[in-house]
Amino acid sequence: MYDKGKILAGLAVFLAMMTLPFWYSAARGKAAAKADPVLPKTEKKCVESRQYMRESHMELLNRWRDAVVREGRRIYIAQDGTRYEMSLHNTCLGCHTEKAQFCDKCHAYVGERPFCWDCHLDRKGIQGVT
Amino acid sequence: MDENRRAFLKAAGCAILGAGLAAPVARAAAGAVSPESAPGELTAGRWAIAINVRKCLQREDCRACIDACHVAHNVPQIEDPIREVKWLWKEPFKDTFASATHPHLDKGLADKRVLVLCNHCDNPPCVRVCPTKATWKRQDGIVMMDQHRCIGCRYCIVGCPYGSRSFNWQDPRPFITTGIRPDYPTRTKGVVEKCTFCTERLVKGLPPACVEVCNKVSGPGTMTFGDIRDPKSEVARALKDGFSIRRKPELGTEPQIFYLV
Repeated sequence: MYDKGKILAGLAVFLAMMTLPFWYSAARGKAAAKADPVLPKTEKKCVESRQYMRESHMELLNRWRDAVVREGRRIYIAQDGTRYEMSLHNTCLGCHTEKAQFCDKCHAYVGERPFCWDCHLDRKGIQGVT
Repeated sequence: MDENRRAFLKAAGCAILGAGLAAPVARAAAGAVSPESAPGELTAGRWAIAINVRKCLQREDCRACIDACHVAHNVPQIEDPIREVKWLWKEPFKDTFASATHPHLDKGLADKRVLVLCNHCDNPPCVRVCPTKATWKRQDGIVMMDQHRCIGCRYCIVGCPYGSRSFNWQDPRPFITTGIRPDYPTRTKGVVEKCTFCTERLVKGLPPACVEVCNKVSGPGTMTFGDIRDPKSEVARALKDGFSIRRKPELGTEPQIFYLV
């Protein structure tokens, strides 16, 4: 192998940089901060399962948006048969009253800036940044 | 070798078929949209509004309907006529009904300001020119806007012969001076907006905000809202009993705002 020393040294530097976050938190003794959204205290169950809502709430909201705006349909029947009004403002934010403590926490954590809040407002009429 | 290829193709075919079947199952993990309408929702074959011009002009400075509409829908108040946003406003008779204006028309009437709004045309040119179907005609005749899909190209503004569409040249939120209502979205920079016949109120069983407040302030029958296909509806009877005109009917857009004169 030509330039063995250079290649191995380069690989070592690359590996060190790639794994730096692990070394950093190991050295600090604690894990990096979590997103930690605050769940509503009044309700135990969301529209669909926790797993589905976590992974696909944006797809659900897109379906709701199209159904309401384009087809004029307002009622959603969840998998367990419960009926919900398809409304970000009334249904979602009805339970998740604190947008800043729920939506914004995760969105800010993952660096996501959904444009929902360019037009939609939270229950108090606060104009969301994230 | 041939046997191997055969086995490989069989396995690959089964895998593709399996993935194809699994995808819809995975999508169906969520519930379904119900085809029923919301309880108490107002429905119609064709919504229309009749405006009694004589009654409306008796109170030419009245802005009750305009204010009610603009507050209900978070419409910004912008003074600059190039950037202003309006759903419902007043326009001089001579401009509103240009083809009905002539040199011998009563000077007072020519300059009187008539209430105008989106005509929710049966043959809407704005819908025809929209490249993204952000604006379309609903089954009940309402020409609806989908702000999610609007790309701000403003073809519809050019297409509309009534000036019923406004563009958001800037973030409208700082200009909502009456305080933003949290229960109705605002718009964002770069989208077009206009009157929606208060679809959000029809769902709750309420007439449009302008009609409701107008009939309270100026007496019943000043503005009439209803299903024009239903001969027993208030709006159909108002048109049958009186003489009515429409804005620029010669263009063939079939406007559905009728002016009783």
